[in-house]
Amino acid sequence: MKTDNAYNNRLLQEIRSFAKPAALMEVCGTHTMAIARAGMRDLLPENIRLLSGPGCPVCVTSQSDIDRVIQLARNPEVTLLTFGDMMRVPGSETSLQECRSRGADVRVVYSPLDALQLARENPQREMVFLGIGFETTAPTVAHTIVEAQRLKVNNFSVLSLHKIVPPALEVIFSDAQMQLDGLICPGHVSLVIGLGPYDELVSKYHKPCVITGFGDEDILEGIYMLMRQIISGQARAEIQYRRVVKPNGNPIAQKLLSRVFQPVTARWRGLGAIPGSGLTIRDSYAHFDACRRFSIPEIEEKTIKGCACGGILTGKISPAQCALFGKTCTPLNPVGPCMVSQEGACAAHYRYAPMKGRE
Amino acid sequence: MCLGVPGKIVSKDNYTATADINGNQVVVSIAMTPDVVPGQYVLIHAGFAMQIIDENEAEETMGWLLELRKLGEAYEN
Ligand code: SF4
Repeated sequence: MKTDNAYNNRLLQEIRSFAKPAALMEVCGTHTMAIARAGMRDLLPENIRLLSGPGCPVCVTSQSDIDRVIQLARNPEVTLLTFGDMMRVPGSETSLQECRSRGADVRVVYSPLDALQLARENPQREMVFLGIGFETTAPTVAHTIVEAQRLKVNNFSVLSLHKIVPPALEVIFSDAQMQLDGLICPGHVSLVIGLGPYDELVSKYHKPCVITGFGDEDILEGIYMLMRQIISGQARAEIQYRRVVKPNGNPIAQKLLSRVFQPVTARWRGLGAIPGSGLTIRDSYAHFDACRRFSIPEIEEKTIKGCACGGILTGKISPAQCALFGKTCTPLNPVGPCMVSQEGACAAHYRYAPMKGRE
Repeated sequence: MCLGVPGKIVSKDNYTATADINGNQVVVSIAMTPDVVPGQYVLIHAGFAMQIIDENEAEETMGWLLELRKLGEAYEN
């Protein structure tokens, strides 16, 4: 972090004056990365602990879902289109990248609209977009499905593994082992959902929630706002990231989500099955649902031997406490998804922690 | 993965707009932000302008943060 910035120093000074012990959890991979890059854990006083939660959509995708995606990619009729983040995530036997090198047609796209465009250009191929992501991404996929229907694109479908964040936060807050004092809430998920879901969480669990941006200054302000509430025994949902997040979120995106998707139980790595935390495609758009279009069997969940991602995604242990961390599991040879995704807690820790912290 | 980058809208038609991201011109969908006008900044994610960025967002309700900012600036000068 730029410690020559007077305002940041001023914030740190104020934060250091709060003597109360507090465990704060960030639940967004972009925060995980920004906090690690800035070396913020070392700058904060010892009484404030920062934990990483289930904030990276790639990391929380269950092993069995990755295995199902790989099965689909092996279908010779199918071209699988995905965001780049998913390519190297290990399933129980292989990854999409390995599948591609063995001849599967897997392509990386930047936007779901690019995937739809590719489907229009290749009408003879079955083009399947892999829908992974939280509330930030899911509305873009919903819009793309509405467009596919409007344009009558018959060879386009989506395998929806989307997840929504508040039900997972509920699991974390209600876990008796989890001693959390406040939540650094995800900025870009919240630009869609707004304050409402956090107000509900606060009224149920009485823990402060602050929607926070991604600059060093934003994160310090977010921590300051949380500590201010904790010191005075308050619990409210607040927005630090005001330039982007409106209290009611983005109503157009919310409408798209409920028009195209409906909530289902989804399996999260580390948290297990959570009712209402997944998004499946509604009957009115059934034609664009890859699950109904192709037979994609349910696959039993196998755990990766030795990988402690489950404990890491719930903030119970830190990456260096995993026996494989930095030894058999490194960013070049990742064993679990928390090391594959740049935003995973293990990858962020490996990249930015000083050498001694890696041991 | 929920990464967003800010871009400045330079022109728009019904459904799409051209945004300037660090000097690169990209076409983005404005399905989520139909009211955006050229000159405004937006937060771009996966090819969509997801929200209009308001740098002047009223900050009165966070008076204590503003106070701190002022103190920080005074310290800098
Ligand atoms: S270090 Fe590797 S094996 Fe251990 S928890 Fe992280 S990703 Fe899993």
